[in-house]
Amino acid sequence: MTVTPYQSRLREGPYGFADLLHAEWTKFRTVRGWIIAVIVGGLAIVALALAPGQQGSCNVSSCTAPVGPGGEEVSDSFYFVHQPLSGNGSITVRVTSLTGEIPVLTQGAAMRAGLVPWAKAGIIIKASTSPGSAYAAMMVTGSHGVRMQDDFTQDMPGLPGAVSATSPRWLRLTRSGDTITGYDSADGTHWAQVGTALASLPQVAQVGLFTTSPGYLQTSLGEASVSGGPSVATGVFDHVGLSWPSGAWAGDNVGGGGGSPGGTAGSSQAAGTFTITGAGDIAPVVAGGGGDVTIAQTLVGTFAGLIVLVVVAAMFMTAEYRRRLILVTLTAAPRRGRVLAAKAVIIGTVTFAAGLVSAAIAVVLGQRVLRGNGAYVYPASALTQVRVIVGTAAVLAVAAVLAVAIGTILRRGSGAVAVVVVVIVLPYLLTVAAPILPPGPADWLLRLTPAAGFAIQQTLIQYPQVTNTYTAAYGYYPLPSWAGLAVLCAWAALALSLAVFLLRRRDA
Amino acid sequence: MRRAPARGTRRPDPQYAGRALHAEWTKARTAGSTIWLLLAIIATTIAVGSAVATATRCPAAGCGQDPAKVSLSGIDLGQAVVAILAVLAISGEYGTGMILLTLTAIPRRTTMLAAKAAILTGLVMVAGTVAVLGSLLAGRLILPGHGFIPAHGYPLLSLADGPYLRAAAGSVLYLNLVGLLGLGIATAIRDSAVAIGIVLGLLYLFPVAAAAVANPHWQRHLEQIAPMSAGLAIQVTTGLRGMPISPWAGLGVLAAWATGAMLAGGLLLRLRDA
Repeated sequence: MTVTPYQSRLREGPYGFADLLHAEWTKFRTVRGWIIAVIVGGLAIVALALAPGQQGSCNVSSCTAPVGPGGEEVSDSFYFVHQPLSGNGSITVRVTSLTGEIPVLTQGAAMRAGLVPWAKAGIIIKASTSPGSAYAAMMVTGSHGVRMQDDFTQDMPGLPGAVSATSPRWLRLTRSGDTITGYDSADGTHWAQVGTALASLPQVAQVGLFTTSPGYLQTSLGEASVSGGPSVATGVFDHVGLSWPSGAWAGDNVGGGGGSPGGTAGSSQAAGTFTITGAGDIAPVVAGGGGDVTIAQTLVGTFAGLIVLVVVAAMFMTAEYRRRLILVTLTAAPRRGRVLAAKAVIIGTVTFAAGLVSAAIAVVLGQRVLRGNGAYVYPASALTQVRVIVGTAAVLAVAAVLAVAIGTILRRGSGAVAVVVVVIVLPYLLTVAAPILPPGPADWLLRLTPAAGFAIQQTLIQYPQVTNTYTAAYGYYPLPSWAGLAVLCAWAALALSLAVFLLRRRDA
Repeated sequence: MRRAPARGTRRPDPQYAGRALHAEWTKARTAGSTIWLLLAIIATTIAVGSAVATATRCPAAGCGQDPAKVSLSGIDLGQAVVAILAVLAISGEYGTGMILLTLTAIPRRTTMLAAKAAILTGLVMVAGTVAVLGSLLAGRLILPGHGFIPAHGYPLLSLADGPYLRAAAGSVLYLNLVGLLGLGIATAIRDSAVAIGIVLGLLYLFPVAAAAVANPHWQRHLEQIAPMSAGLAIQVTTGLRGMPISPWAGLGVLAAWATGAMLAGGLLLRLRDA
């Protein structure tokens, strides 16, 4: 009787990358604890989005800002002395003074003389007096010289320097159809063009003089603590020249005057000199302090999910060393770099999928919960929301790959978990959550450390023409979204290269 | 005639605890990672504290900075190394199977855990004291050049000053309590990677969550129960009135967490097979 020798039905080597992926996927899938942990990590992200921590007292009227021509929320309040302009025309004015008052923060409602940097006095052509309507304006500002601004987001510089009786500023706006051109001059004879703007204006637009003054902000360094209050500004205008026969001037506190202190807004006119006092701003709304909530708020669970997934990812590698499975793995697939690549692909795919599903649920349902609680959620376009969701999944996936790489380098689960959690979460903690660093060094930490990846969750835009605390603590990251993610990716790539190098060089 | 002790009953060994301590000390001393982790506690704490102190400015009186908190901010990182040391103290034994030998030699499991806790506390006490004193010394050297001068309301950092002494001693205790928290959790969990994930999650996630909660009422509650936020209240020397929790009560909260973790770990150690 002959005995047929045992023949494995498995295919003979060499194995391709697809086989390696299959092997690594089998290893991952068959550890029940890891599958459960990935689900727990995803649930943590969703659970914290639904937790009823955020409350507000918004109803539709108190929390909806006017919307500008570009679709963004704007503040549009100023004192406006105006008359209608039918068709084309031009307005010229000389501004001889811009002064103001800012709050003394330590003494309740007391005010002192002072001017905020973006206090504005000048001329404006606006579609109507309703807030949010299209406009183009030439203005002198508190400390940014002459500017031409239009439709809330555009800003062009003109003559530098402050305005005074000895150094007045002449401003001119010319409308030709929907095109408005701004000019400035120091003497009324030599004019320079500042810029042109396209504003969709009706046949009859409102043209006139305005003054406004945004809120005063005082940042105390280091603590990044911000205090502030409303301010007012007063502009003095003369030599008003119109290209059409002047009608009667009407005075309006457009947009309610932006919380102007004590009802000081108004205008007076004597012998061709206009004195106009106003408060508020003509600018996009920026979030900062004041209980504003962005959609990143719904993703606070990212950190909990991240720690869970990092533990799984680190163990995915270090368990091989702990159980000596690495010997079998490397015997079966002697090309070590490809083994690590297969592991990174598997853990990256699994964590990306888990992150994508949970982030999508968190953002969609979390916003509903926040709005249901009456919190004001700073608006974000659908495209931005998709970027935040996909980006969050990417952050989790790259962090998991980083954990695999560090796990290979250290060969210890505890060390790998600690390193990854510390390099990602601690910089965030020191700069955003419990800021102890002053804004400058904090920004560098968020540019250089893996925590930069969280920039992918930012939805706020910085406008140089709006004074605000653009610090990480208020949701403004120093890097653009994708650049931040790229920093995290660079760290993961660096760690992965070192891991491949060590894995090849060392005994297993 | 003297009666021989009955068979099967052992005389209580008066030096049982001492031997357990000696065994744990030998293990801690000879484990390759211990000395490096202790040095890392010192180095990371002082390095981060000095870096934050170098970055901080106090341009005028009333700048709202806390020199003790700034100098000791390295604890934020140092505690992670303490957590690794604590977790490895026990889960290293589970990883290698050494725990079987340990429990054969010292069958009284609570005694074994207590001996581990004592050795860990001793080690962290030494490293923590060096780290805290080094951080304060760095702050004392760096901060006066950055506007932390008597004219701005900041006398030189000195341990003779009650609040600074409290911040210094409290920070050492804080590190010790973090160590016990880690030891308790690692005893309960046994796997080092999972245990360190839980410890760091407990420490770091609460402040992140608290910052995300806009409701000041909830925020205050979160900061009162969070092991890190409450425990680090011990470092605060300015603006104590605005704190959600007083310094010693805050350290008490962390002590409660550590006690809970040690009790859970001890109980599971007694009940479970190793």
